[in-house]
This record gives sequence, structure tokens and C-alpha cells, in this order.
Amino acid sequence: MAKPAALSEERTVPPTEPERVPGPVLKRLAGPTAWADERTGAAGLGKYFLRKVFPDHWSFLLGEIALYSFVILLLTGVFLTLWYKPSMAEIEYEGSYQLLRGVAVSEAFASTLDISFDIRGGLLMRQVHHWSAMLFVAAMFAHMLRVFFTGAFRKPREINWVIGVALLSLGLIEGFAGYSLPDDLLSGTGLRFVDGLIRSIPVVGTWAEFFVFNGEFPGDLIISRLYMAHILLIPGILLGLIAAHMALLVYHKHTQYPGPGRTDKNVVGYPLYPIYMAKAGGFFFIVFGVTVLMGATMQINPLWTYGPYNPSQVTAGSQPDWYMGWVEGAIRIMPGWESHIGGTTWSWNIFLPGVGLLTLLFVLLGVYPWVEAWLTGDKREHHVLERPRANATRTAFGVAGITCFSLFMIGGGNDIIAVMFNLSLNTISVVLRWAVFLGPVLAFIITKRICIALQRTDQERLLHGSESGVIQRSPVGGYSEDHRPISQGEAYTLTHHNEYPPLPAEGVSKRQLQARRWFYGDNMSKPTRAELEAAASHGHDGDGHDGDGHGGNGHEVAGRESRELSSSRD
Amino acid sequence: MSHTGGSDISVRDTRTSAGTTRSDDERFPVDNPGVEHEPPRWTDADPDAGRSAYTFVVGCFALVPVLAIAFVVIYFAVPQDVFIDVGSNHYMAQHLLLGLTLGLAILLIGVGAVQWARLLMDDTERTEERHTAASSAETRTAAIDIVYQGLQETNLGRRKLIGRSLLGALGVLVAPAAVLLADLGPWPTARVRAETIERTIWGEGVRLVNDVTYEPILAADLEIGQLVNAEPENLQEFHGHHLQVERAKAAIIVVRMDPNSITIPESRSSWHVNGILSYSKICTHVGCPISLWEQQTHHLLCPCHQSTFDLGNSGVVVFGPAARSLPQLPISTDAEGYLIATSDFTVPVGPSYFERDSRNDYEDGDA
Repeated sequence: MAKPAALSEERTVPPTEPERVPGPVLKRLAGPTAWADERTGAAGLGKYFLRKVFPDHWSFLLGEIALYSFVILLLTGVFLTLWYKPSMAEIEYEGSYQLLRGVAVSEAFASTLDISFDIRGGLLMRQVHHWSAMLFVAAMFAHMLRVFFTGAFRKPREINWVIGVALLSLGLIEGFAGYSLPDDLLSGTGLRFVDGLIRSIPVVGTWAEFFVFNGEFPGDLIISRLYMAHILLIPGILLGLIAAHMALLVYHKHTQYPGPGRTDKNVVGYPLYPIYMAKAGGFFFIVFGVTVLMGATMQINPLWTYGPYNPSQVTAGSQPDWYMGWVEGAIRIMPGWESHIGGTTWSWNIFLPGVGLLTLLFVLLGVYPWVEAWLTGDKREHHVLERPRANATRTAFGVAGITCFSLFMIGGGNDIIAVMFNLSLNTISVVLRWAVFLGPVLAFIITKRICIALQRTDQERLLHGSESGVIQRSPVGGYSEDHRPISQGEAYTLTHHNEYPPLPAEGVSKRQLQARRWFYGDNMSKPTRAELEAAASHGHDGDGHDGDGHGGNGHEVAGRESRELSSSRD
Repeated sequence: MSHTGGSDISVRDTRTSAGTTRSDDERFPVDNPGVEHEPPRWTDADPDAGRSAYTFVVGCFALVPVLAIAFVVIYFAVPQDVFIDVGSNHYMAQHLLLGLTLGLAILLIGVGAVQWARLLMDDTERTEERHTAASSAETRTAAIDIVYQGLQETNLGRRKLIGRSLLGALGVLVAPAAVLLADLGPWPTARVRAETIERTIWGEGVRLVNDVTYEPILAADLEIGQLVNAEPENLQEFHGHHLQVERAKAAIIVVRMDPNSITIPESRSSWHVNGILSYSKICTHVGCPISLWEQQTHHLLCPCHQSTFDLGNSGVVVFGPAARSLPQLPISTDAEGYLIATSDFTVPVGPSYFERDSRNDYEDGDA
């Protein structure tokens, strides 16, 4: 897949590197290396991969947490399959949990209790499995937000973004399937909801329901079918997609944040071997260790307190796992809209917030890279990340999305909130019906203004330097603060973001022009070389040059002279 | 633009002697100062710090065997019925100790490895050149040529039917694959629906029984404001998943309200016994069993999605996402005074489905 690339490192190695005298280590390695290389050609791969450079940033660890959680899920999941029985057959529970002895339960439920109480370490593994499932989805969401807000999805990484969206959606389904397997009261209630959700699909809903459940809810096969999906089908697809995700990551090389020495044509960081093997490998153990400690000390899904599934029972406060909370909220706050046309029933109250919203989220996420590329007309490759402020409209979009998601999530806990804060459940629901539409709009406007304000701050630093805290009084009595020039490194970092074609641009349709004006017309333009030089030369006289004059794209781009930033600036 | 791939990145870098890169690209008004060299780490600058970092890393790794042995000992030595109370938490001792030892052991390996890399390994930042994702124009042309040449060699140009018939043949294979899934479940034809989701085991003369004890319910025993969760008496004949299927439809709630404080439409005047009314317990929204009873308002609230039904008004929806009123079960008493059903529900219970004829459900104001 990857074409061998000459590592620039070979050229930039300081000439002082000691000459290679084959020491005892090299001598010992030569034999095994030759053996493996003669059969697999591994040395070539090693030469290319072992010194691959990865940039360092905490936000790059979010995706790693997702990956490691997946590995933990595979390990603990295999352990659980050794005892779990995916059967809905009714048996009498005879395990060591006294309160349920003699109760008729399904084999699935009984075996889950056995894992929890009769298999040593079983409860630990079950709780680690559940916690890492929470973490897996949470880390995927966080990783996705990082990629979104920094523009890492831009060319050439659109395919990897789509793979990521597929991973996230499959992760939700995988989590739900696992949530249903213990066949306790809570998971059965979740299944009951899914039954209603499937039924609500217009025209084919009843057929889908009968095919999924082997007839009427709950039927006798849904647990074994979900088990197959949970341990074979979906993890298999996840594994394939993760492999593709990682392969593309390696091929593209990791993105990096702007900074001195960072360009779209290089990657600055530390080599895979040995630094990242130790760091990333060590981080796997950290994630694993923390998850095990969570499984040890924080109870999750104590299904023996819920009891076996009984379709005529439910507990107040029944909730899905957190990542389905927003869908649950949408279902809760939706008005009871249903159409009765002839002898048919169209359940908009379930179909729209359930199937509709899930589809909408993943379609919006999936197409976003192309929407933005169309809006900006930007077809270039990008490897240096954008700071969120540099792309105000995108950031505003993202925050609007988070706001909408959070408001739906609040809806998913409306009963708990009503009890905890002594509020009217009905009022919360009615307010949320409006808030999920108005909140994102408000969040969009506020975020966009904040981003543009931050762009102005950057502009201010570039043109006037940083505030020194030293106030001077002039002979006429005015006060002014001394500004000190910022380093060239910082100036480079602050001016490295992408600038879009000036408006009005040639060769674009009127509609596209309007779209572009809306998307980036409000962004601050970067100062030009001439402006930076002028600012540097008239120095600290505080002439009221406050950066406002640089708003709007498409200003004096033409006719710039050759400019050089005075080297005295740093 | 796309055919040139990423080659339109037009930054022309020329290294100056000072390491600063002068960019001729107007997009970048500030010259690239080059990678800044970090000041030496404290572990490199101070030999004592280096030694203590070394001790720390080795200490992390050295603790792992201790914890691992502790884990094994706990596994065999601590009985499963011993509990530890920490604050308000009640822990199974074996579970907690196994988790703490294993978790710490794994965590220490990670912490040790990361600190080793951070504090003690060579920390020179390196720069690697990046190449555009696209192949060179020549490679791309060559690839297209190969594909074209291969197509020529297949002679598909002259024998077009081979390609088309192959595509057709592959397409038709979808049919057997799809048909194989046709037995995933019974087909919900009108007849099958009538025998499954459109019927329950309620019928004329079936006694209402308490859903836990299966005791029949004496009408005289119910007090005003009382709610009883009930099932049909014949539910006891079912077992296993058949029991679950029938229970998922037949569950009801029986409430007694003051007849003067509720509205009973003309058509349902014979469905109650002195203000004792019975409704399906299965929510018409997505099928949760509804059970939160507001005695004073006669409202019944679903704990799943908070649909609220007015049992004093034929079960109409007063709030929430449900769209249809709760089906009411017509009841009467038998010779001994026990509550019995006089028929099955008159409409299908539970959540909506496409083929459901919802014209007969009770709507607020119906007679």
C-alpha cells in the first residue's frame, strides 16, 4: 500500500552520529533478522515503519483510547463468552445469589448471574467489559470532535472520516446489542423499545419486526441473534474498518498542529521505535489499568437488582446506556404525532426521532467534508491542523451540534432531572421541544462571534505584540501600555491557517458565492507581509491600529511587493 | 484539479543558512523559523533527577510481580462471600481485591513505560518529509493504461455479451441470497397478524388475577383509588417464551375510581364495575408497561417516555409522545363476585405498526 519513502531524517541526521561498529547487540540481532527477512522481507518494512515519525499532542490520544478500549473489549468479551449462554430457554435459577433462587429466568440471565457471583473474577471482567464499552463510544465521540474541530477530515482524509463515522454508528449498534444480552429487566425494556422503533418504520415495519424477533416480541431467538451480531458480525466489521482506518492513518502520516517548523510537507515528532512504542504501548496499559480499576470499584449494571425480564414490569428511571441517551430524549420530548390513513398507521412520533434522527446524524457527519469543500472551494491537501477559531463557521456548526445533542440528552433524563431539581416533568419536556431548535441557533451565533473575537486577538498580537503590563504616561498625560513583539515562531503559528479565495471570486456561481460569503466572509484576513512590516516598524506608538481594518476577505491582495519580515522581530 | 492530486501545494521552500525557511507563498506572511529546539529536560540536566526517574520506572515495573502474586493469592484464598464496606459502598472482597491488584499491575506497566519514554529516552524531535497522498502523474497514467490494456485482452469490446451476461448473472444471485432469509420469521400477513399481535389471551369469562400471586380479584375488595397489576387467569398455562409473548400483550391494570369523578362514554357504560376500570398496561407508544399511578388526577404515567393517560377519561393521552389512548378491557363480575373480562380488547394493544387500523381507537369526546 505505502510506497517506500526516503526519510528526510537520513539527510538531517547530525554528522556527529557515531559510526556503526557492530556491537554485541547488533551481532545477536543479525541472525534472527536474517532468518525472518529471508522469509518475509521484514527488514524492508522495518526500515520504513520503525522510524516513522508521529507528532505529539494530548488530543491525538483520544483515538488511541478508542482503539485500546476495543482491544480490552475483545479480551474481556472472550472471557465472558466462556460462560455466557445465549439462550432464552426458561430455567430455575439455582446459583449463589440467594434473592433470586427458585425464580424462573432465562438461561442468558442465569449465566450472567453465574458470571457475576460464581465465577471468580467474573464480575470484574463483566464490569470492565461494560465500562470499556462506555469508554469506547465516548472516546470515539471525543476523537471525532477533535478531528472535526481541527479540520483533520479535509483532503486527503475524507475516506478515513467516513470510515470513522461508520465505526461510530456500528459502535452504537454493537453497544446496544451487548446491553440486551443479559436479558434482565432493563435490557428487556430496551429491546421492547427497539421493537416499537422497528414497528414504526412505514410500510415494512411489521415485517422487519417479525423477521428480527422471529415473530411477536420477544420471541425465542432475539438473544441468540443479537449474540451472533455482538460477538461475530459487528466486531468482525469493526475490526476490518479499524484496520483500514489505521492503514490510511499510516499512509497519510499523522496531521500536526501548526507550529515553528511545521508545514504541510513535513511531520515533526518522535519516531515510532522506540519512543512511540513505549508511549503508545504504555498508554494501552494505562487505559487498560484504569478501566480495570473502574470495574473493580465502580458498580455498573447490577442486573441482579433488576431481576429477569418480565414484559409486564418496568422500573422508573429506566435509561439506555449514555450514548443512546440523546435518541431516548428525542423520543421522550416528541409530540404524539401519528397519521391514520385508511387502515394504516404512520408513527411519526417514534419514526422521526428514532430512525430519522439516527440517520440524520450519520448522514450529516458523513457528507460534511464534501459540504465544506464545496463551500470553500478548497481542493488542496491539508496536513497542518486548523485551530478551531480559524474556521469560525465550522466551529460554530460543531458547537451547535453538541448543543443539540446535549439538549436531547437532557431530555433523555427528564424524569431524573424533574425529581432531582423538583421541577415539572411536563415543563421540562415542553421547553426542550423548543430548545432543541433554538439552542443550536443561539450556540452557532455565539460561537461564531467568539471565534472571530479570538481571531482579532491573534491579529492584535501579530500587529502589536503582546501586552507587557508596563503602563507609560506620556508628557501630555496620556497613558499607554507597552507592547512587546511576539516571537517569529508564534507569528508563524498564528498565520499558518488556511485562507480561502478572496470574495468575490471568479468562476463560481452566484449561489456558491453566497454560500462562501456566509461560510467564511466574516473571517479575519491574515495580515500581509507589508502590514506586518509596517506594524513592526512603527513599533510601539499605539496609534489606534486595532485590527478592525482587516476584516472581510478579498481586500488588497493584489499588488503586494516582495516583503521580508524584519529579523529584529525575534 | 483532481488529476494533479496534491501537487498544487505550491509552497516553495528554500532553506536559509539560519534554518529559517523563506516561503514565497503569499498564504504565509511569516517565514518558517524552523523547529525550535526544546531546552534540555530536567532528567538530562540534573543527574539526580535522571537517577530518580530511573528508580521510578524500575520501581513501577518491580511492583507488578508483587501485585500479580497478590492477585493469584487472592483468587484462591479470599472466599466469595466476604464483603468489605468502604464508606457507603458494599464491596465483594474478592472482586474488589482482584480488581485493585490487577488494575494497578496493568496501570504500573503503562506508567513505567510512558515515563521511560518521556524522561529517559532520547528526546530529539525529528522531521520527516511528507508526500502527497496521490501517486505521480506517470504512475497514474501507467495504471490506467494497464487497466485499459487488460480490458483489451479480455476482448470485451468485441464480445460485449460476456460482460453483460456476467453482470446479470451476479445480480440475479441476490435473489437466492435474499430468499434464504425469508424464514427469519413468520410473515405478518393479515391472517398471521390477527392471530398474533392483534389478539391477546383475554376472552369472555377470563378472570382477572393478581400478576404476582395469580389470586382472582374480588370486586368488593378494591377500594377507591386503588390500582392492581393484573393478568388473565389463563396466563398460567403458558411457559417459557410463550409466557413472555402473551404477558407482553395481556398485562393490565385495574383501578377503582369514584364513578362521579370520572367520565364514562355511553359506548363503554357496561365495561366497568362500579367505577372499577381495566386498561391495557402496555403503552401505546413503544410498549413499556405503564405503572406510575397518580391517584388524585387519575393519570397513569409511563416511566419510559412519560406518556400520560387519563384513566378517568377512557385512557386518552394527556401528555407525552404517545398518540393513541390506552385500550380498555371490558370487564364484569362472575357469580362469585370476581372480576372477569367480557371479551378480548376491542383494538390491538401495544405500539403502533403500519398495518394497524387505528380508526376504532377511542378519541377524546367519542360517545
